[in-house]
Amino acid sequence: MLRIDNLVKSFGGEKSRGKKNAASNAAVFAVNNVTFEVKEGELFTLLGPSGCGKTTTLRSIAGLEKPDSGTIAVGDRVMFSSSGNGRTVNMPANKRGLGMVFQSYAIWPHMTVFDNVAFPLQVRQRSERPSKKVIAEKVERVLATMQLSEQSGRQATKLSGGQQQRLALARALVIEPPLLLLDEPLSNLDAKLRESLRYELKRLQRELGITSVYVTHDQVEALALSTQIAVMERGGVVQLGKPRDIYEQPANKFVAEFIGTSNFIPGTVASQRAGRHCVETSNGILYLESASQLPVGSEVVVSIRPEAVELSTTSRGEQAANEWQGKVVTRAFLGDAVDHVVAVGEHEVRARVNPSVSIESGTPVYLQLDPSKISLVPVN
Amino acid sequence: MTANLADPAVTPEELRRPDDDTPEPRAARWRWPLTPKMFIVAGVAAAIGYLALVPLGYLIWGTFFDAQGLDLGSFQRAYGDGRMGELWGNSLAFAGGAALLSITVGTTLAYLNVRTAVPFKALFFAASIVPLIVPGILYTVSWIFLASPQIGLLNAFLEPIFGAAPFNIFTIWGMIWVEGLHSSPIVFLLMVAAFRSMDPSLEESALMSGASRMQTLRKVTLPLVRPALLSSILVILITSLESFEVPALLGLQNGIYVFTSRIYFVLRSYPQDLGAAGALAVSLLAVAVIGVAVTRLLAGKGSKTYQTVTGKGFRPRPLDLGKWKPVVGVGILFYFFVTVVGPLLVLLYAALLPFYQAPSWEAFASFTFDNFAQVFEMNSAARALKNSLILGLSSAAIVMSLMAVAAWISVRSTIPGRGIVEQLSFVPLVIPGIVLGLSISFVYLRFPLPIYGTILILLIAYCTKYMPYGMRYASTSMTQISAELEESAMVSGASWWTTFRRVLLPLLSPGITAGFIYILVVSFRELSSSILLYSPGNEVLSILIWEQFENGSFNVLAAIGVLMVLALMFMVTVAYKLGAKVGLRED
Repeated sequence: MLRIDNLVKSFGGEKSRGKKNAASNAAVFAVNNVTFEVKEGELFTLLGPSGCGKTTTLRSIAGLEKPDSGTIAVGDRVMFSSSGNGRTVNMPANKRGLGMVFQSYAIWPHMTVFDNVAFPLQVRQRSERPSKKVIAEKVERVLATMQLSEQSGRQATKLSGGQQQRLALARALVIEPPLLLLDEPLSNLDAKLRESLRYELKRLQRELGITSVYVTHDQVEALALSTQIAVMERGGVVQLGKPRDIYEQPANKFVAEFIGTSNFIPGTVASQRAGRHCVETSNGILYLESASQLPVGSEVVVSIRPEAVELSTTSRGEQAANEWQGKVVTRAFLGDAVDHVVAVGEHEVRARVNPSVSIESGTPVYLQLDPSKISLVPVN
Repeated sequence: MTANLADPAVTPEELRRPDDDTPEPRAARWRWPLTPKMFIVAGVAAAIGYLALVPLGYLIWGTFFDAQGLDLGSFQRAYGDGRMGELWGNSLAFAGGAALLSITVGTTLAYLNVRTAVPFKALFFAASIVPLIVPGILYTVSWIFLASPQIGLLNAFLEPIFGAAPFNIFTIWGMIWVEGLHSSPIVFLLMVAAFRSMDPSLEESALMSGASRMQTLRKVTLPLVRPALLSSILVILITSLESFEVPALLGLQNGIYVFTSRIYFVLRSYPQDLGAAGALAVSLLAVAVIGVAVTRLLAGKGSKTYQTVTGKGFRPRPLDLGKWKPVVGVGILFYFFVTVVGPLLVLLYAALLPFYQAPSWEAFASFTFDNFAQVFEMNSAARALKNSLILGLSSAAIVMSLMAVAAWISVRSTIPGRGIVEQLSFVPLVIPGIVLGLSISFVYLRFPLPIYGTILILLIAYCTKYMPYGMRYASTSMTQISAELEESAMVSGASWWTTFRRVLLPLLSPGITAGFIYILVVSFRELSSSILLYSPGNEVLSILIWEQFENGSFNVLAAIGVLMVLALMFMVTVAYKLGAKVGLRED
C-alpha cells in the first residue's frame, strides 16, 4: 500500500553549499536511508525519541517536506521519486489526496464543524468537485461515524478535546483517502482522555480498515495500537516488527531501553543449541531462549524486563537454574505493582512484582528469572 | 512534543540538531511553476522593494550627482553659509531636550501607574492616547494659543504677577516643551510595558534585604529597565529629530532652524535648490539610520543580559504611597491639565470666538458657531476631507493587502531571501517624513508618467510611510496562526491561493482590521511628507490647517481642529473596540 525506499532528508545542507568548508558544516540527516512497507489495512507506527526523524518521515509522505532522495509510493501512485541526480517527481501536498491528523488537530477556528469537514471536498478541482448536496451527504455521513452529528453547526473551537480529535479525523477521512497519516494525535490530551481515545482510535481504524501511518514517542501507545512498529533512532529504522516481538526481542540496547525499562547484564555465550543459550555473567549462569542463535564465545548483553523477575525470600534449591541471590536496596509501591531494586553482585536489578509481595530493604532475597522473558541483545 | 525523559539516547548534541518535530523550514516547499502564487509573491516583493528603495536611490543620486558626474556642490550650498554649527546645535538641543523631558515625565508616570496605588488611574489612559487623537500640528497651535508672547492666554493670566509675557513659545525652550510633552505618552507606553514585564519579587527581595524604596528604585528597578529606557531615549531622539510640525510652526518665525525645518525653508526659497535640500536630507537620514542601528544593537544586547525581565504576566501588589498620595495626585492632575485639557480646551475656545482674545465676559458673550459654519461652507475643507479620506482608506487597504502576503513570505515561506522582504518593509521607519517627501518628489519629477502633482504621488508616499506599521500588525497575527492550520488545508487538497483566501485571511482578519484602522488614523495627521508633495486641489486636512495658519485665520483653524479631533476620537474608539493596541490597556 505504502512503499518507502531509501528515503533521505537532510537539513541545513543547502545553505552551506558553496562555502569553502562545506564538509565541516555538512548537512544533518533527519532521515537517513529509511525503507519500509505498509500493507493494506495496517496501522503502522513510527516510534522514537524526539529528533529521531519520525515526524520528518511522516511529513515527507504528506508532501509537506521535500526529501533529498528516495521513493515514496502509495499504491501504484509515485508521490516522490528522486535518485539523487536524475529527474525528480514531487507531487505537491494538495495533489496527494491523503488524510492527515495534526498534532494540534489544526482545526480552523473560523469555521463550523460542518465547514471544517466539508473543506477538503469544496477545494477540489471544479471538474471533480461533488455537488453541494453530495458534499452535505458525505459530511453528514462521516460526522455520524464520528458521533459528531449533533455538533455539525457549532463553531469548531467550542468542542471538547475528544470531539476535536474526532473532528480532525472526520476531516481527514471525508475524502476517503487511501492512507491516513497521524502525527502524535494523542499527545496534547490529558492522561485519562488519552487512554480512552487510544482504544477509540484503534476501534475506528480496525472497523474502517484504513491503512494508517502513526507517529508517536509514546511506547505504550505504540504497543497498544499498532499492527507494525518501526523504531527509529538518529534518522534510521533500527527495528521493524510486531509490537510483541519488539518488546520481547529488542534488536539492540537502544530499543530495549526505549521500549519499557530493562535490566542489562553483560555476559558471554557459553553454549548454544537450537536457540537455547547458556550465558555466563558475573552473577552466574543464565539459561534463555533466543532466535538469534549466537556462536559460543560471543559477547552479549542480556536484557531482563523487571516483570520477568520474581522475588522470594526462600531459594528453590541449590541447583535451581536462573536463580540469583541479592539484597533489596529500596522499594516503591506503585499501586498495581511494587518495584524493588535489588543489589546483585556489582549490578542493581529492578524487579516489578505483584503488590502482595513487598520486601523490606536490607533483606536478602532470591531472584528467579523466567527464561522465556529474557532476551539477548548483541553487542555492536 | 515533550522530550522523552526516560530515554537516555537524547544527548544534548542531538537536541541541538534540527528536531524532526520542528524542522527548520516549517512550511512546505513548493516548486516554482507559473502559478498565481508565484505572481502574487513576486509582485508583492517587487512592490515593497520599489516603495522602499527607489526614493532613497533617487535622493542619493540627485544629491551627489548632477549631469557632469559626482558633485559635492550641493553639500557646500547646504552648509556653506557658516550656519552649519548652529543647525546641528539647534537640532541636537531640540531633540535632546525633548527626549529628556519626555523620558523624565513618561517614566515617572509609568512607574506610578504600574507599581503604586496612584490616584486617578483613568486619566492615564486619556493622556496616553493624546498623540493619536491630537495631531502634532494642532497640538503646536494649541500651545501658540496658550503661550505666544502676543496672544497667549497663560501670558495674559500671569502678566499681573510676572510682568509682560513670561512665556515665549517661539524659542528653542518652547519647542522642547511642546515636543517633549507630545512625546511623553509614547515613553509612558513603552515604559509601562517594561515595568509590567518585570518580576516584582526582584524589587521585593531588595526591600527585604533592607534597601529603602529609593535605593531599590535606583539600584534594582532602574538598572533592570535600562534596556527599555535606552531604547525609549533613542526612539524619542529620532522622532524629535524627524519632527517637522513643532520646528516649522514655532522655530521658523525667529529663525531657529533644525534639519527638517531647514529642508522646508530651502525648498520654499527662491531659487529652489533641490540639491542643497537633498544634502540636508541625506545628513538627517544618516543620523536617523545610526540611531536606529544603535537602538537595535542595544535591544539585542538587552535581551541577552537582562533575562530576568521575562514576558510573564505579574500582578504585583501596588505600593501604597502613604503621605505622598495627595502630592502625587496633584502632580497627575497638573500633568493631565497641561497635556490634555489645556490644549484641547483652548482649541475649542478659539474655535468659538470670532477673533482670538483673552477670556472675559465679553469674550464668552461673543461665542459663535460662525467658524464652524465657515468651515462647512469652504470648498477646500470638503475637498481636503475627501482627499484625506481617500488617501487614508486606500493607503490602508493597499498596505494591509501587500503586508498580508509579505507577512506570509517572511513568517511562513521557505523562499530564499524572505528575510529581505521584511527588512525592506521596515526601511521607511528610518526615513524622516520630510526626507521621504523630498525623495519621492525627486523620483516623480523625472518620471515619464504624469504622477507628480496628482493625488497619486501622495498615495505612494502614504503607502511607503505606513508599510512598517502594516507589516508589524500583519506579521504579529501571522506568527500567532499555527503552521498546521495552513498545512492541514494543503493536505486537504487546497491550492496555495485557496489556502490563503479561505484559511489564512479569515484568521488574519482581526490583525488586518486593526492595522487598517491604525493606518487610517495616523494618515489623517500626516503633514511632513504631504507638505512637499501636495498641489492645489490635492490638499489634505493637515495641509488645510497649515494653510490656515499661514493665512493667520486661527479661529477657522481651531474649528477645523476641533472637528478633526472629534473624528479621530471616533476612529480610535472603533480601533480600540476592534482590539487594536492603542493607548494603555487595563488587562
